Amino acid sequence: MSTGSNDTPALLDIRDVSKAFGTVQVLRSVSLQVTRGEVVTVIGPSGSGKTTLLRCVNFLESYDSGSIRIDGKEVGFREAGARQRRSERDLAAMRAETGMVFQSFNLFPHLTAAGNIMLGLTKVRGKSSAEARTIAEHWLGRVGLAHKADSLPAELSGGQQQRVGIARAVAMGPKILLLDEITSALDPELVGEVLEVVRSLAEDGMTMVMVTHEMAFARDASSRIVFMADGGVSAAGPPAEILAADTDNERLRTFLARFRASHF
Amino acid sequence: MGYALNFNLIWRHFDKLWSGLLLSLELAVISIAIGIVIGLVLAVWYVSAGRVVRTIIAAYVEFIRNVPLILLVYLVFYGLPTVVDIAYSAPTSFVVTLSLYSGAYLVEVFRSGLEAVPRGQLDAGKAIGLTPWQRLLNVRLPTMLRITLPALSNTFISLFKDTSVASVISVPELTYGAQWINFNTFRIVEVYLVVTAMYLLTGYILLFALRLVERRFRAAR
Repeated sequence: MSTGSNDTPALLDIRDVSKAFGTVQVLRSVSLQVTRGEVVTVIGPSGSGKTTLLRCVNFLESYDSGSIRIDGKEVGFREAGARQRRSERDLAAMRAETGMVFQSFNLFPHLTAAGNIMLGLTKVRGKSSAEARTIAEHWLGRVGLAHKADSLPAELSGGQQQRVGIARAVAMGPKILLLDEITSALDPELVGEVLEVVRSLAEDGMTMVMVTHEMAFARDASSRIVFMADGGVSAAGPPAEILAADTDNERLRTFLARFRASHF
Repeated sequence: MGYALNFNLIWRHFDKLWSGLLLSLELAVISIAIGIVIGLVLAVWYVSAGRVVRTIIAAYVEFIRNVPLILLVYLVFYGLPTVVDIAYSAPTSFVVTLSLYSGAYLVEVFRSGLEAVPRGQLDAGKAIGLTPWQRLLNVRLPTMLRITLPALSNTFISLFKDTSVASVISVPELTYGAQWINFNTFRIVEVYLVVTAMYLLTGYILLFALRLVERRFRAAR
């Protein structure tokens, strides 16, 4: 399971995805398979396409060619005939199957912590607000914020906001959770509480793809690490292999050396 | 020389001013309510539309904002019925004018408010699977309203003052009431002193009330 993908069918199957922003090629034929229960960490220098790749998975960004399938279903484009973007309604339904946690939390400022979680449950999942409230309270408890259910985002610390962000994503019961540099905007002393939540979700078997700069966490929590450079997958493998100081991959070695230098 | 202030005649006709004030408020409230609908619909349409629609909406806004209100009042009251076959009372005609007028200002207010909603919030709405309409209603509009509330209250207060223009087509609002008393008593200084005080006081009460509402909403940011 830790290395991958060929025998078990992939939950997330990214094949040959390419994307350009104008003349800048941000993704170059990226392929990546993630099986159920796997935690895959994507690392790489800024501008290497990590975040864009993640945003393609739930079609917050479109891509120019290739395919992304979750549970066998093409995410952004219709299955049959010519390549055609799904309707907004279909896209919304597809996106509800993936959860995403953002670098800048992106909580809805006019809703309480519980309200943030309940919105998707009531509007997308069709739950009554009593049911949604119960689910919201359950997940707030899981992230250690049961006592903050009725607080507005502005009344919460960054770490607390991000934990609500995680609860909002997982409460929808997604097949896969996308974590986009979720600790990068946090003060260092708040990083731990957020990573702790991620760790416990991983232990529960939640399938995750995360972009992070927390190398120690990536090493401990991931089943696999993918190193991206210049829009392509440059190396992929188990953490011990990828993070080894003596890797043959020149760019990876440079990245890790620079990373170590800048972090101590 | 030696003009002696005498308010007695003003008080005797004060009912004219009081009913005028109430009518002014009514005109302002109805007009801003319609104006909000016009502004919201056009602003939402604008941010999602192509160039043709944008140009048409922009033309409406530019036209209204660059023509004096009094002229718009004449155009709608005297001009329109001669071109198309409609008949309406002066107050109705004025409400139509003031609604179109406030709508044009509010399109701009709401449009910039919609564009000021952080993109991340919209992404978050997409990510949990909300459809475009659900995102508009549950994410974009609530945040936009918080952003635009101060501008909305300012618009309402200036609209309240603008109702005085209705006097030119004999709508019996506050300024018209003042003119009536002036013509009938010649107490020009007294009546305009009283009316000025009434505009000021009402304006301040409205401002105070609206700021309270804003503060409640700001706590929710």
